[in-house]
Amino acid sequence: MVGLRETSPRSFQLCCIVMLLIVALPAWAALGGDESSIHADQAKMGASVRITRTATHAVHELQTPGGQMIREYVSPSGTVFGIAWQGASKPDLKQLLGDHFEEVQQAMQRRGVKRGPVVINEPDVAFEMGGHMRAFAGRAYLPQLLPPGVQADAIR
Amino acid sequence: MRLMLSRFFALASLATLMFAFGCGSTTSSSSGTAPTGGGSAQNSVALAVDGGPAGIGGIYQDAAFASVTLCVPGTTNCQTIDHVLVDTGSYGLRILKSGSAPLTLPLTQEGTLAECAQFESFFTWGPVMMADVKMAGEVASNVPIQVIGDTDTGFGDIPTACQDSSPGGAADTLQTLGANGLLGVGSFIRDCPACVTSANNQGFYYSCPTASTCTQANVPLAQQVANPVAMFASDNNGVLIQLPAISSSGQATATGTMFFGIGTQSNNALGSATVFQLDEYGDFTTVYNGQSYPGSFLDSGSNGIFFLTTALTGMPDCGGDNTGFYCPAATTPFTTTTEGTTGTSETVAFNAANANTLLSGTNAAFNNLTGDQPTCFVNTTTTGPCFDWGLPFFFGRKVFTAIEGQPTPAGPGPYWAY
Repeated sequence: MVGLRETSPRSFQLCCIVMLLIVALPAWAALGGDESSIHADQAKMGASVRITRTATHAVHELQTPGGQMIREYVSPSGTVFGIAWQGASKPDLKQLLGDHFEEVQQAMQRRGVKRGPVVINEPDVAFEMGGHMRAFAGRAYLPQLLPPGVQADAIR
Repeated sequence: MRLMLSRFFALASLATLMFAFGCGSTTSSSSGTAPTGGGSAQNSVALAVDGGPAGIGGIYQDAAFASVTLCVPGTTNCQTIDHVLVDTGSYGLRILKSGSAPLTLPLTQEGTLAECAQFESFFTWGPVMMADVKMAGEVASNVPIQVIGDTDTGFGDIPTACQDSSPGGAADTLQTLGANGLLGVGSFIRDCPACVTSANNQGFYYSCPTASTCTQANVPLAQQVANPVAMFASDNNGVLIQLPAISSSGQATATGTMFFGIGTQSNNALGSATVFQLDEYGDFTTVYNGQSYPGSFLDSGSNGIFFLTTALTGMPDCGGDNTGFYCPAATTPFTTTTEGTTGTSETVAFNAANANTLLSGTNAAFNNLTGDQPTCFVNTTTTGPCFDWGLPFFFGRKVFTAIEGQPTPAGPGPYWAY
């Protein structure tokens, strides 16, 4: 948070730049967003990040302070096409699914009563959640945006 | 944001507040002497796979229900609640507020504590309250339970962080839960050990000075919602779930028994059952077609055998209303091997029938209802497809679930045996 204090002109300038940057970041990011949207996820969750790049895509691995592991898959054109998560609890999926959260919400409401894993295959988004209390895992991806040479199985 | 313990102790005086429960619903009511819940022995209760309580708006297939008696701690002011889902895949008792009328239960020593308990497809939100939990002749005295319901518990505002973790939304009504409560009798005692110290306490527990100002809070183990079986004075090292073998075409209903304790009475001996030790996450391994799938688990609360993927099984997903279930053109047999962490193993065979066909009728009990389970937690860095052995697995078997750290004739839990 930015506190209101007496500031030197220089730090005031810096402060404004930081605020502008924060405003410029998309509020809901991640799935379907660009690579910079991952910074918004990272900031909201207070996560550390490690990036690995392969010939076909990049993986941004976020580790939250609560021990959740989140992997965001980025295409060469810079779009987040997949997300995987795991941990003792579920992460902020509204943040991670971005514009697709509501779509997944609606798809889940169409299911009948069932206490079990979730498998949703909408035309433009796939969503899966499994495991059990104290050990959850899940993933979501955009089938039409998988880069050439990347199978959905790679997202986990 | 999190609250430190000192904040809790400052709130401790609130613990004396009593929260009244409102409207009644489908429960049988009693004050004074508590009924024993339906079993024929001191340590057993009846199980019913009967499609669920009236009013859920359909048939809840492959769900086993028991009755649980709740009492205001130390009193004979009790309420018996029917159709509580028996769930070896979770830990702790959660009761719909609408199903616990007209009891008045106290809050925990930690004051106004509420919980966002997470499941794969939903969450349950509501306050943690203290109750004596009675089943058959067993009593868990003054244990924390969760009371579910967001409107008139005084905890009406579900925190945003809780809602944002679960696109499936809250299961806080008879219709959305399909039961009057969840009886989590899995291998662990508490629902969130990581919540004791974790920086964001996993988003499970909240301190609520007022109904609309809940903030995430660390919670000591002793105040967390607890597996009531572990809190019984005796027969507290696990449960034995016994359901009969049923027809491959399903049955309208099936009835069985849940025995408390393992090797503590003449009716709960391990006998020739094979013991499968579990890993620290409560899982073991299932081998199919030469491939090992760690992260697999037994879960009576899953209403099917959920395993692998359409690609690995060669069976299509049903799609439509039955998305997540398999719909093979013809009933398909599978043979697997389950393996404990110490190398014990046993062959497990089952059939996968067409779920659209099964679910189109009025039967509630099936031993061949299956679906996909493409993504499971394996360890802190790995996920993968697995086997979620749900209720169909339990038909025709005696299945023991041993609780972590509690001594049994086969050594301490956590383990499964069958």
